[in-house]
Amino acid sequence: MIRPRPFMMLILLGWFTLSQVGALCSEPYRPTDDAQVLERLTFKASDPVAREIEILRANVRRNSRNLDSAVRLATLYIEQGRSEGDPRFLGQAQAVLTPWLNEPTPPPAALLLRATIGQNVHEFNEALADLDQVLAVQPTNAQAWLTKASVLQVQARYDEARRACRRLTRLAASHVLLGCLGDIAGVTGQSSKTLELLRQVLAESSLSGRERIWIATILGETAVRTGAIRDAEEYFSEAFKVGIKDQYLLGVYGDFLLDQGRYPDVLSLLHYETRADGLLLRLALAEQALNLSTFHNHLAELASRFAASRERGTTVHIREEARFTLTLLRDAGRALPLAQTNWSVQREPADARILLECALAAKNRAAAQPVIDWLNANHVEDFRLRQLTKQIQDTTF
Amino acid sequence: MRPLLVIAWLLFSLPAWAHKPSDSYLSLFMQNDHVEGQWDIALRDLDNAIGLDGDCNGQLTWGEVRSKHVAIGSYAFSRLTLSAGTHTCKIQMLEQLIDHHTDGAYSVLRFRADCGGLVDRLHADYRLLFDIDAQHRGLLRLTQGGQTSAAIFSRESPAQEFSIAERSRWNESIQFIREGIWHIWLGFDHVLFLLALLLPAVLLRVDGHWQAAGEFSSVWWNVVSIVTAFTVAHSLTLSLAALDIVRLPSRWIESTIAASVVLAGLGNLYPMMVSRRWMIAFGFGLVHGFGFAAVLTDLGLPQDSLLLSLVSFNVGVEIGQLAIVAAFLPLAYLLRRSWSYPRLVLNGGSLAVIAIALVWFTERAFDLQLFPL
Repeated sequence: MIRPRPFMMLILLGWFTLSQVGALCSEPYRPTDDAQVLERLTFKASDPVAREIEILRANVRRNSRNLDSAVRLATLYIEQGRSEGDPRFLGQAQAVLTPWLNEPTPPPAALLLRATIGQNVHEFNEALADLDQVLAVQPTNAQAWLTKASVLQVQARYDEARRACRRLTRLAASHVLLGCLGDIAGVTGQSSKTLELLRQVLAESSLSGRERIWIATILGETAVRTGAIRDAEEYFSEAFKVGIKDQYLLGVYGDFLLDQGRYPDVLSLLHYETRADGLLLRLALAEQALNLSTFHNHLAELASRFAASRERGTTVHIREEARFTLTLLRDAGRALPLAQTNWSVQREPADARILLECALAAKNRAAAQPVIDWLNANHVEDFRLRQLTKQIQDTTF
Repeated sequence: MRPLLVIAWLLFSLPAWAHKPSDSYLSLFMQNDHVEGQWDIALRDLDNAIGLDGDCNGQLTWGEVRSKHVAIGSYAFSRLTLSAGTHTCKIQMLEQLIDHHTDGAYSVLRFRADCGGLVDRLHADYRLLFDIDAQHRGLLRLTQGGQTSAAIFSRESPAQEFSIAERSRWNESIQFIREGIWHIWLGFDHVLFLLALLLPAVLLRVDGHWQAAGEFSSVWWNVVSIVTAFTVAHSLTLSLAALDIVRLPSRWIESTIAASVVLAGLGNLYPMMVSRRWMIAFGFGLVHGFGFAAVLTDLGLPQDSLLLSLVSFNVGVEIGQLAIVAAFLPLAYLLRRSWSYPRLVLNGGSLAVIAIALVWFTERAFDLQLFPL
């Protein structure tokens, strides 16, 4: 009755129609091929890191009261989380330390790691409480002072942050002290001094790779804020030369390229970095500017990731969500409250910038006031923030 | 120099915008006397907990996951307790599938929990992964009477209790009517089936040729007979299935629904039972009813107002169906005399319907994925 060729045509026609409809909704399914790869893990069991983790895990399981192996395992997890940009590792680190954290007076090593985890999930006050508890027992714990300084800096409590840095004077190498102080000074009106001191630090050959990235990134960010584009480029390339992947550096450099309209460079920098939301956001911004077809997929992907994060009830991504809502969705009305909530949690130049941009787009001068106050009170040096402020003040809404 | 080494890595904080922490998605649908559940757990988390990567190559394949189904089931359900009063619900695993969320592939565990009768308070105790990931969260969606409530399990609050019942009957029944309307509109297979049957309703078959029907009244009764037959049939089986009197395998139902659409389309191209199309509508309507029942299950059937919600849902389906007829009939009636109606609309439309339904049928009957998701 039905001849083969029309029959095939029919199947093809149906297939085409359905593939258009079917792409819209996914449903749980049963794969048909045993060889189908469903998921790629962070590492293979044969990777050195994986083996180290496995050995430590076995140790901890065997001897559940051995604080030393637990701290080593948790440390390794946090380190992995940092280079992979995967927050799952943080939760795993915290779980390893749980038996000690449940004690009435947890050991300082466990508290310090919990503070680091707290810093990463933006529980800044809890992190500070843990650090103070560590420092009450071990006032010479350099790591605790350094972490405390960086948490205070994120909260824009610069005087206290500087005091915490100074406690490092005799506790750590001089470049650690200089990096700690320089990072704060670079934001609060002493950029030339920061640039001069840290340039010398960078010339030292004794720096470890991670430290070199740290110092070069501060230099790069400070140079960007003063408008010294060419210098900044040089510092960033110093940081990349180390050859260790660093998510923070990728984000900062991505923004630097975006600001200069170097979109193709953003693509080649972040092409494979689609797993981390913040990097995917920067990639999507470049794709939007270049009118690439991949943009729409990435836009949808980001929207669903932010929705998933909201469903979880966390606000860790709120700065990125504000930026996403303003720049990609172009919805200033929804972006502004996000940027304001973010500003109540963290106050770094990037947080100030997104709030100013939202206030400008939403034509709401009052919303910008907290940032303007912060700029003036701390003599913040950042030509872009000053530009935005001027724009807001000059515009009649 | 050990302290310095520590400083070297702790200095830098993890960028907060890294991808998502670990979550699982637990959905519970309250039924008449039991709970239907679906639990999506990330493969990466399961690998971390019980080890799925059999060949240690850093990739998880379906074969590896499938071979661990028993281990996954017993691991997961040893960490979830549902209870009603003092009675612990008996959980029975139905099937394990795969789905993709924003951060990768998840194992989808479908289960049924029997709590020994009617449930008025459901207590859920969730302990998955907290021992190895302190930041893990379980995101719960509990659906009853077409309404959904949400809750989050964390290490700090691993237990939640929900009261079932005490809802507004009126709102609930409105909710079910709305779901019914949406279902018929979004369930393309039902719409296509109905349209395929209705396409020739404005024509008459005379001597092997299509001719435009004369008066509106004959067209009207033709349509009414088809729609009524379809309605009576699917209401019947929807009720039987929703009340748990008859149960059929979903694959069989879905394939037969697809086949019914193919046959309805073929019936237009090779007309044999022109005047008896209401019988086709009735016969396959029985199968479509079972399809509707599956949706009703997903909505969570309230146990104390089972009949009301069943009727409301059905009313919704009829309203949606009438809206389709109301949109179709005047248009078809006006176009019936045109040259293009029998050729383009009837033949072309039927061909398209057959094409789509054939793909559905092949997929459903042979459990294939013909087009990429």
